[in-house]
Amino acid sequence: MTSLVCQSLDISIAGKHLCNELDFEIEPGQFWGLLGPNGIGKTTLLKCMAGLTTPDRGNVLLENQAIDKLPRRTIARLLGMLQQHTVYVFDASVLETAMTGRHPHLSYWEREGSRDKQKALDAIREVDLEGFEARSVTRLSGGEARRLAFASLMVQEPAILLLDEPTNHLDMKHQIRIMDQVERLVVNDQRCAMVALHDVNLAARYCSHILMLFGEGDWQAGPASDLLNPENLEKLYQCPIETLHTAAGRRFLPGS
Amino acid sequence: MLPTTLRKSLLILLMLMSVGSIFFASASGSVSLGWSEWLSAIQDSNSQHGELIWRLRLPRAAAAWVVGSMLAMSGCLMQVLLRNPLADPYVLGVSGGAAFATLLGMVFGVAAAFLPWLAILGALVSILLVFGLARGTGPWSGTRLLLTGVVTASGWAALISLILSLSPDNSLRGMLFWLMGDLSYSTLPLWSLVVLTGSFVLTMVLARSLNVLAMGETTARLLGEPTRHMLWLVYLLASILTATAVSIAGSIGFVGLIVPHLMRLLVGSDHRILIPAATLFGGLFLVFSDTLARTVLSPQQLPVGVITALLGVPLFLLLLNRARLKGV
Repeated sequence: MTSLVCQSLDISIAGKHLCNELDFEIEPGQFWGLLGPNGIGKTTLLKCMAGLTTPDRGNVLLENQAIDKLPRRTIARLLGMLQQHTVYVFDASVLETAMTGRHPHLSYWEREGSRDKQKALDAIREVDLEGFEARSVTRLSGGEARRLAFASLMVQEPAILLLDEPTNHLDMKHQIRIMDQVERLVVNDQRCAMVALHDVNLAARYCSHILMLFGEGDWQAGPASDLLNPENLEKLYQCPIETLHTAAGRRFLPGS
Repeated sequence: MLPTTLRKSLLILLMLMSVGSIFFASASGSVSLGWSEWLSAIQDSNSQHGELIWRLRLPRAAAAWVVGSMLAMSGCLMQVLLRNPLADPYVLGVSGGAAFATLLGMVFGVAAAFLPWLAILGALVSILLVFGLARGTGPWSGTRLLLTGVVTASGWAALISLILSLSPDNSLRGMLFWLMGDLSYSTLPLWSLVVLTGSFVLTMVLARSLNVLAMGETTARLLGEPTRHMLWLVYLLASILTATAVSIAGSIGFVGLIVPHLMRLLVGSDHRILIPAATLFGGLFLVFSDTLARTVLSPQQLPVGVITALLGVPLFLLLLNRARLKGV
């Protein structure tokens, strides 16, 4: 099974330390939440885990191999990432765009076959964009573009999913829908996910593990039940936190 | 956009129209030929009309077709490279370098046969200059490439103006024709066919990668493309196509901007269909434009660049306006 290991990572951007000696491993069946305030470096860390940028020190290992030594094509078959922003410049149809997820799986001359097309259609249905297949991507709303980007990722079928604020721009129904889908992939297919979130309660509801970035290189990683408590969250977000005890477990509100 | 099933038929239609355009070009001119005259002339290349067709009109039409298709293909590539549907083959200064070298050659009285080689040389200098300055060591930066190219292009434009202002009046006319694009003296060198065919095959092999590159560099990397190599390859390919086209016919405007854009509106942005459609349409568009340039005020000949612009500008504005109305 495919796993992703971060070994004593030091990452800094513009002279600011994002993490020191960051060590953790994402294993199949684990649903990680990445929490931290704005501008703390969540996106930079995800990019580093995807091999898009190199850390100052340490290694990212994908299937026990250093990710910066692997060809992008090999990486793309194992690891997929939903970026924080989705901007489409050229007119392409929703179906064509969803189908780009097959790109790393096809050889140069190969065209998408009927199975590839079926996968794209299924993913489009899953994100509730059915009927939009022929529509131009430049004419989608922010939330629709976001769901389409998620559908492309589903079509790519990576074992490791890195999601940078997947619930951005989405209404509640679609937030839950996407998180449910990630949960199914993680639990049923034994894939692994790391999801950057701003909604602590989505993290509390779905995540099995949490990585918190406090700033100045300070971090904490472990099972969600150990880490999600008012003390940590107050330290993380620098604001008072109120805890609600519900039937589904603890939920958190900004206090006063 | 046309439905998917019609897109293949469009390619066949464009092929037929390409053949038609070359027939049209060979039959019209200061001496226009009817169908039966044309038929007898094409069979006898030694007759007066045969000579006209085989020695003058067909080579010129072939050159026009090749130049038009190279410019259209280069336009498609530049638009992916800069991720901007309004980029054209000249935006990064390739034609500026070619024009400067050619005009300099004209000033010093270099024989006309050597001018295409000067154009190639000038274009290569410009390509290497922009490549070297924009490359740096960091990650790919489309903005840096665009800025370097645009500034280099304005540098060439200033040098061209300098030459024009210092040149004697009697050579100005030839220079202006060259600058606007002109096929009157064009011959079609064999190697340009190799450039066209080679680039076409390579572009078709990479067509799906171009689709992914058009979605942005990070997205393309995440989908498995080694983007740095790919983008430089696209830059070099587009530049070589432009340099070849410019060396044959001068800097003909608008073909490289309008043809890709027009085809995008018809067949969408999948390069597996966009590239062949634009290549075919670019060729036939330039053959028609050049035939008009020869015939509209015949026996007076106009530079073809004037016709492509006069046809292209209103067409483009119309399309842009319609696209805006549709809410793109």
